[in-house]
Amino acid sequence: MSKRKSKESHMTVGECVSQAQKCLRQRFCRQELSTRPMGLESQHKHLLELLRRTAVHGESNSVLIVGPRGSGKTMLLSYVLKELLQEKDVKSNIMLVHLNGLLQTDDRIALKEITRQLNLENVVGDKVFGSFAENLAFLLEALKKGDRHSSRPVIFVLDEFDLFAHHKNQTLLYNLLDVSQSAQAPIAVVGLTCRLDVLELLEKRVKSRFSHRQIHLLSSMGFSQYLETVLSQLSLPADFPDTKFSDEWNANVKKLCEDKSVEDVLRKHFNSSKDFRSLHLLLLLVLGRVTVSNPVIKPADLLEVGRLSSVDSKANILHGVSVLELCLIIAMKHLNDIYEGEPFNFQMVHNEFKKFISRKSHSIHNFEKPVVIKAFEHLQQLELIRPVEACSVKIQRDYQLMKLMLDHTQVMEAIQRYPQCPTDVRQWAFSAFG
Amino acid sequence: MPALVEQPGYAHERLCALTERVPCRETQASTLLALLGEPGHYSYPSIFIYGHRASGKSHVTESILQELELPHAIVSCVECVSAGLLFEQTLVAFFGPEAPSLLPRSSSLSDFVRIYKQLCAQTPACQTRYIVLDRAERLRDMEANLLPGLLRLQELVDDNVTVILLTEIVWDKFRPNTGCLEPLLLHFPDYSKAELQEILVRDYHPAYSPDLYGSFVSILLGVFYSVCRDLRELKHLAALNFSKFCEPLEREEVKESETHKLWRNIEPHLKKAMQTVYLREVSSVQWEQQQQQMEDREAGTLKGLSAYAHVELPYYSKFLLIAAYLASFNPARTDRRFFLKHHGKIKKTNFLKKHEKTSNHLLGPKPFPLDRLLAIFYSVVDSRVAPTASIFSQISSLVTLQLLTQVGHDDQLDAPKYKCAVALDFIQAVSRTVSFDIVKYLYDFL
Repeated sequence: MSKRKSKESHMTVGECVSQAQKCLRQRFCRQELSTRPMGLESQHKHLLELLRRTAVHGESNSVLIVGPRGSGKTMLLSYVLKELLQEKDVKSNIMLVHLNGLLQTDDRIALKEITRQLNLENVVGDKVFGSFAENLAFLLEALKKGDRHSSRPVIFVLDEFDLFAHHKNQTLLYNLLDVSQSAQAPIAVVGLTCRLDVLELLEKRVKSRFSHRQIHLLSSMGFSQYLETVLSQLSLPADFPDTKFSDEWNANVKKLCEDKSVEDVLRKHFNSSKDFRSLHLLLLLVLGRVTVSNPVIKPADLLEVGRLSSVDSKANILHGVSVLELCLIIAMKHLNDIYEGEPFNFQMVHNEFKKFISRKSHSIHNFEKPVVIKAFEHLQQLELIRPVEACSVKIQRDYQLMKLMLDHTQVMEAIQRYPQCPTDVRQWAFSAFG
Repeated sequence: MPALVEQPGYAHERLCALTERVPCRETQASTLLALLGEPGHYSYPSIFIYGHRASGKSHVTESILQELELPHAIVSCVECVSAGLLFEQTLVAFFGPEAPSLLPRSSSLSDFVRIYKQLCAQTPACQTRYIVLDRAERLRDMEANLLPGLLRLQELVDDNVTVILLTEIVWDKFRPNTGCLEPLLLHFPDYSKAELQEILVRDYHPAYSPDLYGSFVSILLGVFYSVCRDLRELKHLAALNFSKFCEPLEREEVKESETHKLWRNIEPHLKKAMQTVYLREVSSVQWEQQQQQMEDREAGTLKGLSAYAHVELPYYSKFLLIAAYLASFNPARTDRRFFLKHHGKIKKTNFLKKHEKTSNHLLGPKPFPLDRLLAIFYSVVDSRVAPTASIFSQISSLVTLQLLTQVGHDDQLDAPKYKCAVALDFIQAVSRTVSFDIVKYLYDFL
């Protein structure tokens, strides 16, 4: 139905699907700013006002944006900065410095990066500086000289702020916040972090210089809003080239969101996490199933993706171990049951396994000890078992104490799902004591 | 006929060739391709692919990237002992051989991102670039910021780049404790028995029919499947043992149709192979040589690596080792009974506690002080031995030979503690050479 209709227009279905994919992928993968961030009006206003005061009036500020991962901290900030830069007198006036705690792992690198981003490399040249603070003071001094009428404000954005707090003596943070407290150059320090206890990481002198202004992005989204978000995220924008296709697509997405089974999947997802990232991940997986032969999203696609994304990955790994390795895991489970989670070594597991073979088994042959050791080592490689203490050279491998990294239900479920599990092995697993 | 891998934006012939290259992995390949999307589109910042060893993770990923000629860098994290090497290889693959000269010595992630941005501005990507990190579990041992940094590389360098991580270990063991950008998880399931059969049959011997090779493979799987599901290992074993399987055919004793006879011929041979070649006791070359001179010798008569465990030791060293073994595996309160002549009366019921029996050889060796070792040593050695420097140096040389291990580093001179680190078979062999019956003195075997 949809195929024929869109063929009459100027784009084929293939092109339409390709365009839709491109547009939505950009949204999901790149976290592109499409609209004003939803549900964050007060935070948005607060941040914009604060940064404008720095940019226009030359007031120094410091602020922390705190929120869990995927709650839209970077998005909010970049949206505010975009708005700010659109104002005419601001654009030529302010300078932006982006730092990331993952990249600038120590203060020396961070300082270099600041110099680079402020285009001061030619000024600093091969001058040798004494202390870090001197260098920073020079940077800001140079900044002042750059514009004679008034000094230009700088906005420092510190992504992964908590990692900067782990630098030695917190020199960078101390100096930045000190400048924002005392020196004349107007700067704004904006920290982004996911740690709620970030202030506890700061030293006392650093903490006292911080303005204690915090913006919390804690999602207060209800499920109905969540559904709306899904709808708006999946819909194609108004400027999509083929209006017929986009109308049909949007109508289909609307219908999809009203579907009962889809709602169940989304509710399950909502209950596990509310952040945008995991939603985008889910929607991207759904989008991967849209092809030329299947140009709309069906409820079945979403159900399948929901099922796939909720599978336990350890269960996946357990599905692929050999029968011998499965037997060893069962033996370990029995040891755990008997000795209440005490660590075990290979000898004990092998002993338990031998007892099983001599008493019950018909399908498992009596394997030589080295073969069993090889299976045991494979389990260790998969990190399904882990040595209690790390010094592996000093102890014979037979006697190294190990812990099973699986719980009772995981093992039981794995045995249920195991393809062609021998009956005697299964019975052994379900019997209470080896 | 397997389903063709489909994805718009790529030439049909390429996709056909790709399908040809990935037997039994068509669904995984098409899922992966659907996630990667068309070449110009954005892809998810990071994809985490996990699955067992030899389940085709690297093969499928590499086949897709090579066959479709996407710009990519394949880096093995085992080779990259430092992050700098990783950056270097990536830059070479994307921007040509001169690119890494811009990197400073001992470069950090910050330098890499800066150089990448700089080069990217000169040659912007018209297609998604892919960085494939094989054996990604090694990344956890490098600097703490590397893995989270790579996971959000797309955002950091502001380029259309996707990082693909390949590993055997589940994602839960990777997650840093402050969290990171979650990758897209993709599981490669293990091959089923039928799939293994199908893949193994593909490289049949040209001189024989595929059916014959198929029946050989099913025998091989029958022996090895419950122990080993590693395709590479199975392939190796199949290649090694096929000539033996064909021997009766060459001698024209049996026909190709008599599979039962062929099975009877090969089965004991394969069982022997499990104890030798599978454990690398005998190298593949030795195994092949052995098969050629099979007429007079049985397979497995050649001594494996583990048969050479016998070590020549001096006389006193042997006794020191025996004493250490006894000290490690006997509880200290039984020393009086074993090694003193006039030990007085010990109640038998009190002496043998049931729950203690045979537990020592399960739990492993216990540490003992030097004094106890020497006391037992003097009581087991018949002649009078002076505690000379050479006795003490022999103890420390036993430690360097890793027959003993020293426990706790705090005290080198005063009262060091040791553990015995040899197996029962080994100590029995040693005690036999000095005609000492060690089993009589072991508490576990009383």
